Amino acid sequence: MDGVALLTITVLSVFVGFEVVSKVSSTLHTPLMSGANAIHGIILVGAIIVAGQASDGWTLAIALVAVVLATANLVGGFVVTDRMLEMFRGRKGAGR
Amino acid sequence: MILLSPTWTAILYLVAAVCFILALKGLSSPKTARRGNLIGAAGALIAVVTVFLSSKLDNIPWILGAIAVGSAIAAPVARRVQMTQMPQLVALFNGVGGGAAALVALLELAHTDDAWVRVAIVFTLLVGAVSFAGSLVTFAKLQELMTTRPVVFPGLPLLMTGALVAAIAAAVAVVFTGAGWLAVVLLVLGLLTGVLLVLPVGGADVPIVISLLNAFTGLAVAASGLVLGNVLLVVAGTLVGASGTILTRAMASAMGRSVSGIMFGAFRGGSTAGSTETSDRPVRSSSPEDVAVLLGYAQKVVIVPGYGLAVAQGQHTVAELQSELESRGIEVVFAIHPVAGRMPGHMNVLLAEANVPYESLKEMGEVNPEFKTADVALVVGANDVVNPAAKSTPGSPIYGMPILEVADARQVVFLKRSMRPGFAGIENELLFEPQTTLLFGDAKDSLAKVLGAVKAL
Repeated sequence: MDGVALLTITVLSVFVGFEVVSKVSSTLHTPLMSGANAIHGIILVGAIIVAGQASDGWTLAIALVAVVLATANLVGGFVVTDRMLEMFRGRKGAGR
Repeated sequence: MILLSPTWTAILYLVAAVCFILALKGLSSPKTARRGNLIGAAGALIAVVTVFLSSKLDNIPWILGAIAVGSAIAAPVARRVQMTQMPQLVALFNGVGGGAAALVALLELAHTDDAWVRVAIVFTLLVGAVSFAGSLVTFAKLQELMTTRPVVFPGLPLLMTGALVAAIAAAVAVVFTGAGWLAVVLLVLGLLTGVLLVLPVGGADVPIVISLLNAFTGLAVAASGLVLGNVLLVVAGTLVGASGTILTRAMASAMGRSVSGIMFGAFRGGSTAGSTETSDRPVRSSSPEDVAVLLGYAQKVVIVPGYGLAVAQGQHTVAELQSELESRGIEVVFAIHPVAGRMPGHMNVLLAEANVPYESLKEMGEVNPEFKTADVALVVGANDVVNPAAKSTPGSPIYGMPILEVADARQVVFLKRSMRPGFAGIENELLFEPQTTLLFGDAKDSLAKVLGAVKAL
């Protein structure tokens, strides 16, 4: 994909990012931070690509470290967010 | 193996990106939060399956093994973590994500001659390394592996500036030469910058720094997407970078702080004024029975929960105390400071777990006028969020933070473990006021004793 198209997508994503979280109550600050944290674990996709192209041992070793770290971010991030939100369950009148 | 055409790959990445947007949207509202998180996880799964089906990959068994190792480490930890330790776990996961982005960029350097791609690489390296090192320091602070106070030493601003200038110089050099060893130097300088950036931040500001570093990691991931020409990484990383920035500002303003004030306040001096000595001035301590009498014959009680309640796991006991008092016809509400505990919303989650009715939880703006009509303010394991120094002492680290006006209540009762100051390390003048009574001990034990004494009234 050419540079201008990527730039367009980047700029539009900035606005979407600003917009989706513009009105959030302080109660949800922490789960939202944690959920956003899980989403950037998608760097796993990048780590997989780099590991899949590795041709020597050192490169592969470093790439595999990146895969382990990225997986921890992705999986751990979603699980811990779910865990936080689980505690909101069963409360009546939670929607404001 | 390549089973998917580039068109299908792009479409599936688009689906994943939409899932992430819906996840953030869902997480912004209590009703849809849990579903939002699951949608995000589904998006991630789609993306990971897509990359396996659309690229020519070697070493697949190794990669699958590494994914298994990462999952096997992270999932059980995330599943079992105590709620009081969640903020530092989020910091840790954020840090390793930043580290992964930096490593990806380091390895991609050998595959490119394009100067613009190298710009994206050095950005990812630097920001990823800052996020990694900074997050590990916040983890150590919250886990109390090191002091929670701001760490400031005389040469710090100079060292910080030096590290940053050297890092930028190394980054420029990498862009022009593409030398691998310079990239490693840049990585090390980034790690140093991250440590120096977070050391001077202390106390209650740490969650805000986690949020800021979270946004940093998002930006690093977005830049790594530019390096790899992967649209999904660009979109997901940018989303997190942008929403994380907004969230950081929202969290800071809930505390009456500015983000730059938090990051650089300690450099300007003065903000480390927290006293380290514990005073030996006289305080009025009392027995559970006395506290029970105060509560049992009140008309209105406001309970102020804090981190001490979470540590002691006293939420069920405090809920029981509330229903016992209400059965005696006493009005009981909980006053929730936005940053009580160690993460915003901590107290809401804690009390929800004990099935405290949502209507009893009142936010700061709503509850502050009510202290004037309250007979007793019962402060359970909270300190900084009721500390009048936030209003009266300009040099104090918490100066400017809105507080709960417990001093307006006729009587103030503190349940405290000891005279040790709170997380921000500042003594609380309120403890020495004539209307204040202290009951020392673990929050849960104290609550149980008070509860027993109320029942016996």
